[in-house]
Amino acid sequence: MRVRVESLGLMAPGMAGWEAARPVLRGEQTLDQQDLPAFRPALLPPNERRRTTSLIKLALQTAEDALRDNRYTMSELASVFASSEGDGEVVDRICQSLTLPERPVSPTHFHNSVHNAPAGYWAIASHSRQFSTSLAAGPDTFAAGLIEAASVATGQQQPVLLICYDSALPSALAGRGYVDISFATAFLLTGSEDVSAPGCLQLELKAGTAHPPGLSRELATLREHNPAAAALPLLVALAKEETSELALPCHDHLTLQIGVEG
Amino acid sequence: MSSEPLLITARSTVSALGQGLEAAKEALQSERSGLRPNDYDEGRLATWIGRVDGVETVVLPDALAPFDCRNNRLAALGLETDGFAGMVATARERYGAGRIGLFLGTSTSGIEATEQAYHQRAGNDGPLPTSFDYRHTHNTYSCADFTRRYLELEGPAQVISTACSSSAKVFATASRYIEAGWCDAAVVGGIDSLCLTTLLGFNALELVSGEPCRPWDKHRSGINIGEAAGFALLEPAGGREGVALLGYGESSDAYHMSTPHPQGEGARQAMQQALERAGLTPAQVDYINLHGTATASNDRAEDQAVTGLFDAVPCSSTKGWTGHTLGAAGITEAIFCSLSIEHGFLPGTLNTREIDPALTTPVLRHTLQQPVRVAMSNSFGFGGSNCALIFGWCD
Repeated sequence: MRVRVESLGLMAPGMAGWEAARPVLRGEQTLDQQDLPAFRPALLPPNERRRTTSLIKLALQTAEDALRDNRYTMSELASVFASSEGDGEVVDRICQSLTLPERPVSPTHFHNSVHNAPAGYWAIASHSRQFSTSLAAGPDTFAAGLIEAASVATGQQQPVLLICYDSALPSALAGRGYVDISFATAFLLTGSEDVSAPGCLQLELKAGTAHPPGLSRELATLREHNPAAAALPLLVALAKEETSELALPCHDHLTLQIGVEG
Repeated sequence: MSSEPLLITARSTVSALGQGLEAAKEALQSERSGLRPNDYDEGRLATWIGRVDGVETVVLPDALAPFDCRNNRLAALGLETDGFAGMVATARERYGAGRIGLFLGTSTSGIEATEQAYHQRAGNDGPLPTSFDYRHTHNTYSCADFTRRYLELEGPAQVISTACSSSAKVFATASRYIEAGWCDAAVVGGIDSLCLTTLLGFNALELVSGEPCRPWDKHRSGINIGEAAGFALLEPAGGREGVALLGYGESSDAYHMSTPHPQGEGARQAMQQALERAGLTPAQVDYINLHGTATASNDRAEDQAVTGLFDAVPCSSTKGWTGHTLGAAGITEAIFCSLSIEHGFLPGTLNTREIDPALTTPVLRHTLQQPVRVAMSNSFGFGGSNCALIFGWCD
């Protein structure tokens, strides 16, 4: 299956935005792991933004980064939201409130607790009534999201925004899940017939277990602590604009083979 | 569909109606509800629920013990019902473990395990109990991780979690994966289990009814929460006959996080797309299994969406039998549609006494024996996530 990467978004410690991240990904600058700034996605009107959580803001800010200059209007975009943990902060608040005598669950926390909350806010902000899904696949959530998004982009001939994002779990759950550092990336994908255009990806699933591709020590640390950062080898290849072949692990016994056209 | 219809070659259902296809068919045909006064959480909330008996005593295989929680026990019950796991094993021999995809829906996964862990440390800010295994119980992917190991599958897998449309959307994803060649066949399904988060969360939104839910009723007062597990094995028909997925449609409301679009715009778009994919006109649909949750706003919006597209197609909501099984509603009602097609009956709408005069969809009050060739199932969720599926007899 072949797709074209139209544009990219990235929000990670020391890499706030795709343009700012490119020199780091190309190895021209070292990663200065500063904390992520507080996000204020302009996509959301202030009254909606106030009701959101840091995870929802992270996802939407990353979407905004990928959409900074592109030729599509937001309302025509399909979307795939991929997150391995969903919103740990909301789970923490709800479960804490359930230990109180009156068990007062906040209605806002409750509707924000659904895995597709970022997708719901995205649809409201973008006015997109198009296809949208929200998925999880544990440590291989990025690969699953990429396959789903590519399948929609090619099968339904529709531009698709893939957003893969996870926030560090709150302290009570820290170390028990897959995520201890925040990281998010967004890919705007279209179906592509063109065999060798720059920025095109050739995707194939193969039997067999892959070892994750090599990364610098700093980037490898991000990958160890956030499944969305499994995208890093692909982001490095795209930042370098080099033709390359990558093999991403995709559950036990499977490998997602990605040919990148530089 | 533009591609070959996908045949349901094995299926299982567990809900408040009991375990298995036969229990579900008998209950739907005889109008026996599975709802009961709330006895979960010592019945502290005055409502009715659709509870599955026997979940508490399910024992997972030793190798999968870290996955132990209510949600995965319910999954295991579903996998062992109607001989489902055995039929998947046969398919595994035929296709190869790596060529069968696994797509499951859940909304709250095993959150009950996290609720209990917080409860155990209540009153202090210390660490949660060491025995609490968040990754294998509550993490969103847990039920697919568990099921993939249980069924010894090695193909692509994911959990779709879009609230109450989750396990309807798995059919669409499976269809795309098979069409694209990522896999040759797929296990789809959904599991959602009782927990305090949904009981008290929906209650905080004033959407929980204190009586058995009454879809489409003038005096409807909200949902009853249910739990369920269901699975289906989907394979290209290849000349065989049976109930098949003919089309699907997926859309977003782009309106509000917890209230449907007032005119049901997104819902109508999903139904329209499903018809187009199936190559059918509205007049060719014999029955619609409504989302029909019995909240004031859902039924009103769905009524507008359905009447905007269909002219007098018999409809019903089966929530009065099972309660709203949330992330498992899509698979549960898909299986009910398959039973309707196979055995020629249209379920009624239990507990509904006086149809809301503001709603004009022709809703069936009682179960009817009548042939069904094509059935549509609607599932809509928080965040404005809509999915419509069309099933029909394929020969």
